[in-house]
Amino acid sequence: MASGEIIVKGGFVVDPIRKIDGDIGDVAIKDGKIVDKVSSSAKVIDAKGKVVMAGAVDVHAHVAGPKVNVGRLFRPEDKFLSGAFRSGMAQKNGYRMESGFSIPSTFKTGYDYARMGYAFVMEAAMPPIYSPHVHEEIHDTPIIDEAALPVFGNNWFVMDYLKKGEIENTAAYIAWLIKATKGYGVKVVNPGGTAAWGWGLNCLTLDDPVPYFETTPREIITGLIKANEYLGLPHSMHIHQNNLGNPGNYQLTIDSLKLAEGIKPKNKFGREQVMHSTHLQFHSYGGTGWGDFESKAKEVMDYVNKNKAITVDTGNVTLDETTTMTADGPFEHHLQGLNHLKWCNVDVEMETAAGVVPYVYDPNIKVCDIQWAIGLELALYAKDMNRIFITTDHPNAGPFTRYPRVMKWLMSKKAREDVLNSFKHKDKVIAATNLHQLDRELTLFEIAQMTRSGPAKCLGLGSIYGGLAPGMSADVAVFDLNFKNMPSNPDMIEKAFQRAACFIKSGEVVVKDGEVVSNGHKKTVWVNVKMPENLQVKRDITQSFTKDYTVDITNYPVRDYLAPHPYIIDVDVEA
Amino acid sequence: MLEGYSITPDVFAGKTAAHIAALPAHEGKIHVTLGDFFEVSGNGGETATDTDIVIAGDCTRVKYIGSKMTSGTVTVNGNADMYVGGWMRGGKIHVKGNIDSFCGIQMEGGEILVDGDAKNHVGCAYRGDWRGMKGGTIRIKGSAGNDIGTFMLGGTIIIEKDAFIHVSTHAEGGTVIIKGDVEGRVGGQMVKGEMYVLGKIKFMMPGYQKVETVEKEVDGVKAKFDHYIGDLGERHPKSKGQVVYANLYLKAAA
Repeated sequence: MASGEIIVKGGFVVDPIRKIDGDIGDVAIKDGKIVDKVSSSAKVIDAKGKVVMAGAVDVHAHVAGPKVNVGRLFRPEDKFLSGAFRSGMAQKNGYRMESGFSIPSTFKTGYDYARMGYAFVMEAAMPPIYSPHVHEEIHDTPIIDEAALPVFGNNWFVMDYLKKGEIENTAAYIAWLIKATKGYGVKVVNPGGTAAWGWGLNCLTLDDPVPYFETTPREIITGLIKANEYLGLPHSMHIHQNNLGNPGNYQLTIDSLKLAEGIKPKNKFGREQVMHSTHLQFHSYGGTGWGDFESKAKEVMDYVNKNKAITVDTGNVTLDETTTMTADGPFEHHLQGLNHLKWCNVDVEMETAAGVVPYVYDPNIKVCDIQWAIGLELALYAKDMNRIFITTDHPNAGPFTRYPRVMKWLMSKKAREDVLNSFKHKDKVIAATNLHQLDRELTLFEIAQMTRSGPAKCLGLGSIYGGLAPGMSADVAVFDLNFKNMPSNPDMIEKAFQRAACFIKSGEVVVKDGEVVSNGHKKTVWVNVKMPENLQVKRDITQSFTKDYTVDITNYPVRDYLAPHPYIIDVDVEA
Repeated sequence: MLEGYSITPDVFAGKTAAHIAALPAHEGKIHVTLGDFFEVSGNGGETATDTDIVIAGDCTRVKYIGSKMTSGTVTVNGNADMYVGGWMRGGKIHVKGNIDSFCGIQMEGGEILVDGDAKNHVGCAYRGDWRGMKGGTIRIKGSAGNDIGTFMLGGTIIIEKDAFIHVSTHAEGGTVIIKGDVEGRVGGQMVKGEMYVLGKIKFMMPGYQKVETVEKEVDGVKAKFDHYIGDLGERHPKSKGQVVYANLYLKAAA
């Protein structure tokens, strides 16, 4: 946090939380917070003719941890896609070397997010036992504030409690684990399926039994939603659904979303949903195989639009060469069987698993183009832009550095048509999707909802991030776009969002004219759940660490020194 | 160790001797120019095609000579370091001495001729990459080390003397001809493509099966070859209902 005063003057302010849509105004900053006014000696940043937004919030990206590192280690060739492999900036300004495209170095990750005006990023899958490593990497990622979601959907404790319907015990275990890992919330990846992968199996429907545990994805999903609300965590249960990436999976997707019905959100953080369904693009597929593969984005969004208890993010395919990585172990094995590229698989004791496979979303391949269209359709069919957020499931559908390109596609029919027209199988893609018929062009206000106010609220961080109201964190991005006179060339939109004209993070100017000028002061956000002691869960954990784990319970939790700049959110659970 | 990535006909084309001497190079992380190390005489041609580069001195520690070139010629009257002709797309490189590793990696076209020996990774993919050499010809008149044609997709590599281990690993096309002996690991995890060995293979891969003995002419040598298919432990595509294997032709015992 920087002291001192700054005033961002005369820009077109776009701030959905205060319902400001392009009014010319000033943003005043003092001691790292937005304030009503500052003294005349404040540093002036001229935003005249430019758009001013809050720092953006990424609800789901894989930016730190063991599987990201596996990707870095086994894809040395990825650096050739990062452009000049000697960074001009590193040498000129004394900043760190940047390398990598789909799996950028920690430094490039922080710098690139900052250049795009992002203030907060959620690491979407933290294997609990490797949480010390996740926090070390988060600490090494400059500028941006981050948090991490430990994975629960295939955890042995969780499955044991849920098969007996023990919500309170599940909640007590979650509370213990989130605290031990300095985590943020409840992530679920292919519930039951990743555990089944230990037997070479998968769970492709809601009622497929999980071997040994005799529970089902349906029980795990419902149980974890209930446990999450029992605790009143800032974020809801955050799910990567079963049967990701397979033709015809949309029906399962809708059935899984329906499990959120009838459960009320219970929290003190302004969150209204009980389920966040991530990278929905991968779950909105029709067809019986790759031949008749088609978009079911409309069907899925028709349901999402109706159910206020759900938020989603898009997971846009960006048509790049990238690296897929997920705790959905069986899916990665399946993917490797399709593209025959290198594959890495990791089993994480009693907790989860992971796989990594490079993938080329080739614009000459029909299926990739349909995936591209589906991601965009999801956003264009959405009615409440505060419940759908832009992601690429970085790096699975594309690198996060393509967010500006996704914004361009969403804001310009011309930009979408240009891409459609460049496809070899254009007619087949148009026949299998609805994108060509959609004329909707999102406004800057809607983009700000999808990237600022929406995701911040969904994470229960709506009073800190994603807006420019007094008292909020002073994260302010200025983009070289004229609200009153938007460029006719859509590429200029992408360019403006790729490199912010100015980005102030926690009250400190960190990006100027699209280039990083400070390493900033990053924070690690984690949730401290205080719950009355549950003796049974305490005993179960102690016993399991003696019997099953490779580490001792005293060596398991993340030490304070690994997250030296914490922002701790306390949650008190009543007995 | 000089990173000589500017030494290509494409970069030299249209430049005077003075311009060429001022071209960038790196020594570690230090910026230098070609003129710091070379005396340059003569001007570049109008295009890469009319540009012929001759390097008179010893380039044992000069890397990336002719890398990414598309046309023209480069002649080195001595040794050269790593990455000679890497990512090359056309033209011709002639090294009269020996070369170090990574010669012609991921090349797509053109010709590399080396009068001496080559070290490792001749015509293979960049580390980690699965897209190896796609086209063109590499001829090593001496011997070569390990990892020849890894992930090869097309083109031809000829080693006129012996090779060590790992030939055409993971390859899905292309031809490797070794006129001398090979230690072993020939065609491991190979999907498609051709290999010829005119000497002996000390240790055969277990995934290869002999199917016939045929007479063939290869690079001017007519001989009887034992024809093996493999690698039987790897996936193989089908073409017209037939499984396509990689082919290894090993010169039959006289």
